[in-house]
Amino acid sequence: MNMPSRSTTVRVTRWTSTSIAAVSLIIAAQLLLALGPLFLSANVVDRLTTLFIYGILALMWNALAGYAGLLSVGQQAFFGLGAYAAVRLADFGVSPYLALLLAAAVVGVLSLPISAFMLKLRGGEFAIGMWVLAELLHLLVNLDNLIQGETGTSLIALQRYAADDRRAYTYWAALATMAVLAWLVFVMLRGKIGTAAQAIRDNEEAAGSVGVRVLASKRLIFVLSAFGCAAAGALWVASSITFQPKTYFSVQWTAYMIFMVLVGGIGTYEGPILGAVLFFTIETLFGATGVVYLIGLGATALLFALLLPRGIWGEVERRLGLQLLPVGYRLSDSAGDSPSTR
Amino acid sequence: MIWLNQLVQGLMLGGYYALLACGLSFMFGVMRIINLAHGSLAVLSAYLLFLLADRYDIHPLLGLVAVVPAMALLGWVLHRLVLERSARAGALLPLLSTFGLATVLDNSMFQVFGADTRSLAPYIDSLSYDSWTLPGGVIVGQLSVLTFVVALALLGGLHLMLARTSLGRRIRAAAHDADTAQLVGVNARSVYAASTAIALTTVAIAGAFLAMRATFDPYTGPQQLIFAFEAVVIGGAGSLWGTLIGGIVLGVAQSLGAQVHSQGFLIAGHTTFLVVLLAREYATGSFRRWLRTLRLRAATP
Repeated sequence: MNMPSRSTTVRVTRWTSTSIAAVSLIIAAQLLLALGPLFLSANVVDRLTTLFIYGILALMWNALAGYAGLLSVGQQAFFGLGAYAAVRLADFGVSPYLALLLAAAVVGVLSLPISAFMLKLRGGEFAIGMWVLAELLHLLVNLDNLIQGETGTSLIALQRYAADDRRAYTYWAALATMAVLAWLVFVMLRGKIGTAAQAIRDNEEAAGSVGVRVLASKRLIFVLSAFGCAAAGALWVASSITFQPKTYFSVQWTAYMIFMVLVGGIGTYEGPILGAVLFFTIETLFGATGVVYLIGLGATALLFALLLPRGIWGEVERRLGLQLLPVGYRLSDSAGDSPSTR
Repeated sequence: MIWLNQLVQGLMLGGYYALLACGLSFMFGVMRIINLAHGSLAVLSAYLLFLLADRYDIHPLLGLVAVVPAMALLGWVLHRLVLERSARAGALLPLLSTFGLATVLDNSMFQVFGADTRSLAPYIDSLSYDSWTLPGGVIVGQLSVLTFVVALALLGGLHLMLARTSLGRRIRAAAHDADTAQLVGVNARSVYAASTAIALTTVAIAGAFLAMRATFDPYTGPQQLIFAFEAVVIGGAGSLWGTLIGGIVLGVAQSLGAQVHSQGFLIAGHTTFLVVLLAREYATGSFRRWLRTLRLRAATP
C-alpha cells in the first residue's frame, strides 16, 4: 500500500463517469438485444445466439483461469454433459426449455463432488486432469443407449415448436443466460469472492495465510463455471438440435475458450467479452476456410501468449487506465489527475 | 489363460507408454513445464519418418538417424522461442502457448499430409508381425519387445546421463534451484534448452514406435499426450523409473479393460488415472506417505 503524500488526499473510488456511462450503455444494449427476434432476420438471430453462447464460454473460462488461477483444458466435460443432460431430461418428458435449465443445474450439482478432488490438483495436473475427466465422461455418455454411441441423437422434443418460435426462444434463453452470468460474475468480482480469487491467483499460499478461504472460493468458481459451460452446451444443442458426443466433448471448445480469453485479456472483466466478439467475427469471416482458419486461431493464441499475455483489454487497461465495468478500485488524488487502476 | 495373455500384452503396451512419456516426465522434472504439444510432436516425427520411407525407401529405424537430430534442433528452437518466453510470464502461460502450438501443429499436418491414416508397418518388413511364443502359449510381438527394450534403454540412458555426466549435473542443479545454479556458473538458460532438445530426442523415437506399431493421422497427437500424461502422473512425475511403472500400470489397466468391455480399453485407463489421483489425496497412514513420494517432484534420479 502506497502512503499518500501529505499534500494530497487520496480517494478510493469504484465508479467513474466513464464506467457509469458504459454500464448504462450495456444495459440499454441488452434491452435492445432482447427485442432482437422481433425485427432481425432468422439468420442474424441464429448467429447472435451463437455469439451469446461463445460469450458464456469465454466468461466462464476466464472466471476459472483468470480469477481463480485454475487453467482447465477440460471444460468441454461440462459443455458436453450439459447437452447430454438436456437430451436425457427431455427424453424423460421434461419440457425442453425447462430441461435446458435443469440440465445446467444438474451438472452444477454434479461438479461439486468432482471439485472435491480435482481442486487438489495444481497447475498442469489440474489442466490435463480435467481433460482426462472430459474424455472419461465422453466414453461414459456413449454407453447410454439413448445416445447410440458416436451416432448421437437429437433433441426431438423441440420439434413441437414452430421453427421461428424455437429460434426466438433459444435466442432469448441464450441472451438471458449470458446476461445473468455476466452480471453474476460482475457482482461476485466486486465482492469478497473477487478479492479472494485474485489473491489466490496471485499467490495461493500467501492468500491462505492472511485468512482467505482458498478452497471455498475456488470451489464456488469451479461450480459456477461448470454450471455456465453446461448451460452453454444445453443451449448449443437447443440451437443445433443434434447431439453427437464427439462434437460436444471435443477439446476444440477449450481451444475456442482459450483463444477468446487470451486474445481479449485474461483476468480482466471486459476482455473475454471482447474476445468472444472478436472470435465470432473471425469465425464468420474465415470459418469456411477450415483447417487454415484453425491454424490461424492456434497461431494467434500462441503469439498472444508470447507477446501480449495480458491480451488486448489488459493492454488497454494498463495504458489508458480505462475500466468500463468497475470490478476493481481506483486511487485518485483530489486534484483528479491520472487515476491508477487497482 | 486369456487374462495372462492380456496381462503380458498390457505390460508390453506399458513399455510403449513409458517410451512416449519419458520426454514429458523429463521436461516436467527439469523445468516444471508440461508441454501440451508433446503428442503432436511425436506425430510430427512419425510423419517425417513416413516421408523418408515413402519417398526415399528409407527404413524407419534408419530414418531416425536424420529425424532425431532434426527433432532435437526443433526442441532447442522451441525452448528459445516459446517455452523460455512464456515461462517467464507465469506458470500457466507455457500451458497456453504449447496448447496453441499443438493446434497449429495438428492442423498444419492435416493441411500438408491430408486426412489419410498412415502407418510405418508396411516399411519394416516382417518386424510388424513376427512374434515369439512364450511358455503357456502367450504370444508376444517382436516389435512390442523391441519397444520395451528401447524404453528401458532410453530411461536407463537418461538416468546415467543425469547421474554421471557433467551436463547431467548441471541439469540437476538447474532443476533443483535455477537461481543458485546460476551463481555457481551454470547457465540455466542453455541447460534448459539442452533439456528440451533431449526430451524431443525421446519424442522422435516414441513417434517412430507409435507409427510402427499402429496407425496415426494428423489428430492422433492429443490422445497420445493424454496417455503420456497419465503414465507420468500414475508413476509420479519427474521420477524416470516411476514413469516406467506408470506406463505399465496404464497399459495393463487398458489391456484388462479391453477384455471386459468393448469400450473398456480407454475407460479403464482413464479410471485408473483418476483413482490414483484420488488415492494420492485421500489415502491414509503409511500408504499415504508412500503415495506422497510419488508426487510431482524434481528429476533427481
